[in-house]
Amino acid sequence: MPLIDIDALHKSYGETEVLKGIDLHVEAGEVIAIIGKSGSGKSTLLRCINGLETINSGAISVGGEQLVEDELHLRKLRLKVGMIFQQFNLFPHKTAGQNVMLAQQVVKKRRKAEAETKAREVMDRVGLGDKFDSYPDQLSGGQQQRVAIARALAMEPMALLCDEVTSALDPELVGEVLQVVRALAADGMTLLMVTHEMAFARDVCSRVVFMHQGRVHEAGPPSEIFANPKTPELRAFIGMAAA
Amino acid sequence: MTQFTFWDIFSNLLLATRWTILLSLVAFVGGGVLGLILLFVRIGKTWWLRRIVQGYTELFQGTPLLMQLFLAFFGLGLLGINVSPWAAAAVALILWTAAFLVEIWRGCVDAVPKGQWEASASLGMSYIEQMRHVVLPQALRISIPPTVGFSVQVVKGTALTSIIGFVELTKAGTSLANATYESFTVYGLVALIYFVLCYPLSLSARILERKMNAAHRH
Ligand SMILES: Nc1ncnc2c1ncn2[C@@H]1O[C@H](COP(=O)(O)OP(=O)(O)OP(=O)(O)O)[C@@H](O)[C@H]1O
Ligand SMILES: [Mg+2]
Repeated sequence: MPLIDIDALHKSYGETEVLKGIDLHVEAGEVIAIIGKSGSGKSTLLRCINGLETINSGAISVGGEQLVEDELHLRKLRLKVGMIFQQFNLFPHKTAGQNVMLAQQVVKKRRKAEAETKAREVMDRVGLGDKFDSYPDQLSGGQQQRVAIARALAMEPMALLCDEVTSALDPELVGEVLQVVRALAADGMTLLMVTHEMAFARDVCSRVVFMHQGRVHEAGPPSEIFANPKTPELRAFIGMAAA
Repeated sequence: MTQFTFWDIFSNLLLATRWTILLSLVAFVGGGVLGLILLFVRIGKTWWLRRIVQGYTELFQGTPLLMQLFLAFFGLGLLGINVSPWAAAAVALILWTAAFLVEIWRGCVDAVPKGQWEASASLGMSYIEQMRHVVLPQALRISIPPTVGFSVQVVKGTALTSIIGFVELTKAGTSLANATYESFTVYGLVALIYFVLCYPLSLSARILERKMNAAHRH
């Protein structure tokens, strides 16, 4: 059974249907890049998977946990899948270390010492062991995003959703974040990432999903998708991205 | 007729100032506690309770404080409840203060970015956990300057209670002015005392605001 199972997912905002029947099955350990034009529904798809958006019809499950929209079920689902945002969304009133510890203590009911050990471990993993006591506004964008990744990892999710995690960064800071993501992929983490970094997608991902007007328009291994796009829409998109 | 020296006037005013300060404190603390309770309802999940609190704030913000004082004093009297000017003044000011503080504080909760809610939800936190650990601590920080700033309005609001006969600074001023015929001196002193009470408050609100806007948010 796939780790992430999406069947006939429909999502509308008012009258406009944004996702028009998405089927996507992600095996454990897969690294998937979601690409597509602005407005094609990429973010909405990710946000539906962890219940940040309410869906209109269809079914989603992660690690066997069905998406059901009550607080108890959502909490169980969200323990299986973490999310990293474009804007980092660190808690500004807490240090990097406290950011990583908070949900462990509150949601997983870990003791402080245990949460701190775990926090130091994941902060080391993203290369920020020495920034444990810094506040977010004392860190660069790239460092903040790495703290956000550490914060998600500390909850030991089975999969991570990444929505354009490098888009808000200055170009010189993109590399350090991608390097962390690359290491996660190499460690076998299941990743579902919306990205505009085509070179990275080609390099690191096992599968590329091209979304167009709320549908999965074309999908396949990066070698095929980039070298041999079948639909004119994907061809146009790749042409644009390359330009 | 007894002769009033300047110092007689001044010391009488200072004695009455105690009541202005006490009434301000009661209104602010009482209004703060009530406002906090109403805030949780206002940002809570039950829509009809939210509407009730919204109606309450609109009512109190949309009518003059003076009318609220009259209603508390004469209205309760009509119902057969005998209220002293002090009790009527305290009740009306507490209700009035709470109505404004709820709206100020709700604005502060709204000012916490949506991303904070989404990030904490993604980590599995429940609504109450999000509120307690993520949203309210940030809202609290934002709320300090406008809350301190509003305390100035409370102090000045107490002046109106003179009209229902509560003897605070303004009422004492009126009596002294009538007795001494030195209206300008008396009201000048009254104004000066209000200024001495209010200026440190508005000054600290401004300093807090500036601190808050400075680089660090923690
Ligand atoms: N909260 C919302 N209310 C109404 N419409 C929305 C909302 N969020 C997104 N949309 C619409 O849904 C469509 C898909 O948006 P989505 O953010 O998923 O696109 P995207 O593929 O992530 O685009 P981008 O590359 O710009 O991030 C867009 O047309 C957008 O305007
Ligand atoms: Mg998007």
